[in-house]
Amino acid sequence: MVPLFSAEGLSSLVFIFIVITTVLGAVIATHSERLIRAVTGLAICFIGVAGLYYYLNSPFLALMEMLIYVGAVCVTIVFAVMLADPNPKSEVGKGSIFTGPLSFSLGILLFWGLSALAGKTAWIPSSGTINDGSLEEVGRSLLTNYSMAFELISLVLLLAIIGALVLARRGRTQTGGES
Amino acid sequence: MPEPFRVILFIIFVMAFAGLNAAYLVWCERKGAGHIQRRIGPKEVGPFGLLQPIADGIKLMTKQLFLPKGADPLLFMAAPLMVMVPAIMSFMVIPFSETFVAREVNIGLLMIFAFASVNVLGLLLGGWGSGNKYAVIAAARCVSQNIAYEIPMLVTTITMVMVTNTMNLNEIVRAQAGWFFHWHIFRLDISLLMPVAFLIFFVCSLAETNRAPFDMAEAESELIAGAYTEYPGMGFGVFFMGEYANIVIGCALSVILFLGGWQSPIPFHPVGFLGVIWGLFWFLTKLYALIFTVIWIRWTYPRTQFYELLNLSWKVLIPISLFNLILTALQIKIFPWL
Repeated sequence: MVPLFSAEGLSSLVFIFIVITTVLGAVIATHSERLIRAVTGLAICFIGVAGLYYYLNSPFLALMEMLIYVGAVCVTIVFAVMLADPNPKSEVGKGSIFTGPLSFSLGILLFWGLSALAGKTAWIPSSGTINDGSLEEVGRSLLTNYSMAFELISLVLLLAIIGALVLARRGRTQTGGES
Repeated sequence: MPEPFRVILFIIFVMAFAGLNAAYLVWCERKGAGHIQRRIGPKEVGPFGLLQPIADGIKLMTKQLFLPKGADPLLFMAAPLMVMVPAIMSFMVIPFSETFVAREVNIGLLMIFAFASVNVLGLLLGGWGSGNKYAVIAAARCVSQNIAYEIPMLVTTITMVMVTNTMNLNEIVRAQAGWFFHWHIFRLDISLLMPVAFLIFFVCSLAETNRAPFDMAEAESELIAGAYTEYPGMGFGVFFMGEYANIVIGCALSVILFLGGWQSPIPFHPVGFLGVIWGLFWFLTKLYALIFTVIWIRWTYPRTQFYELLNLSWKVLIPISLFNLILTALQIKIFPWL
């Protein structure tokens, strides 16, 4: 047992806090009826995941998680939700009486299966860290080992931008368009 | 001093700094506005109205925290925090002086941008959670503005990272040691468009912090008080503190990236405790000069139209900042002798 007021003790306390944040955010995201609250839960979950990345010794990835997922993805989703109906009537009906117990037992089964798998697997500890997760290392591997994936992702992004432009242009006419 | 205590001391310092800054920048703003408009500004409470912010604070705290009908209580209450807390986090990596920094993080620059990106989510949820049409309009405007201005800001920042080869804010400042013409804004030998890059960064930080002439989130003449319309008492106060904290961070980043941070204009830097004070003095001087410029701009220029605002970003700032990026890359890699 590690004493609480030591570096390890405090850091495991923070780690537990981060795990709770992640799980809590995920539960809010899946269980709230209002879309906008679900997105907030998602944002909280992402912040927790960023914390997990930090504990996996990759502060760069943690900050990118914040910047991209909280700052861009969540904001985009909220923006899309705002254009929709503010308080839509819940369209999810009450399922039959078996829905609750069935999903509960299936969840238990899945949890038991996964934890049994995790417990029984003989994990091979990684032989040293792959790299130090710093900005330089990430950049180097993106431009050497993973340059193909990197280029493909930029192609996908380009396609997305062009697609958005095409969709946005369709509704516009010469006369009624913006200046 | 052991590291944890130093960090805790810094957290206290940073919170006090953020709070006092918010209070006294409001005073500066009102005084500045007064003098620019040939008035006196606050003068009744204390000498030169110096106690006015405290009176304002007490007034805000005594107000009832009223929840408007149709509001989402959770989001309504959480939104001011989502503006304030990330701003305080960002202060942790800002080097006020060479050793006067809470944590020298290797990717400090990225950290500030990561936390600053949460700010817009706070405004958005606050505007939405109020259940008020004006607030929703303001929130929608705020998002398109923030997305538009984040691009040139980040492109300019990437240019600066290319120049300095690091994201450590203290290292960036150290790279600008010596005379004032070693500050990045004057380094035409690195990039011919350096002053333009500074201008783009400054304009973008104005837009990102929702300051006039880009204060679409508030826009009081069109949208009452924009996203803050329904906020009573200290809820509004916390939003305001967050806004001023963000202004300080934006200006501090401009100072660190372009104006030499804590470096003095002459190649003189005393060692030890005096050096800390000397660096602090120069950093705060530059910082407050920039903040004064922000206030000055607010009371000099009218608010832009929303379409003008988006056009400025997409048609002017983004192309220029991309061109600057390419030019800087060329100058660093191909013509290093320039």
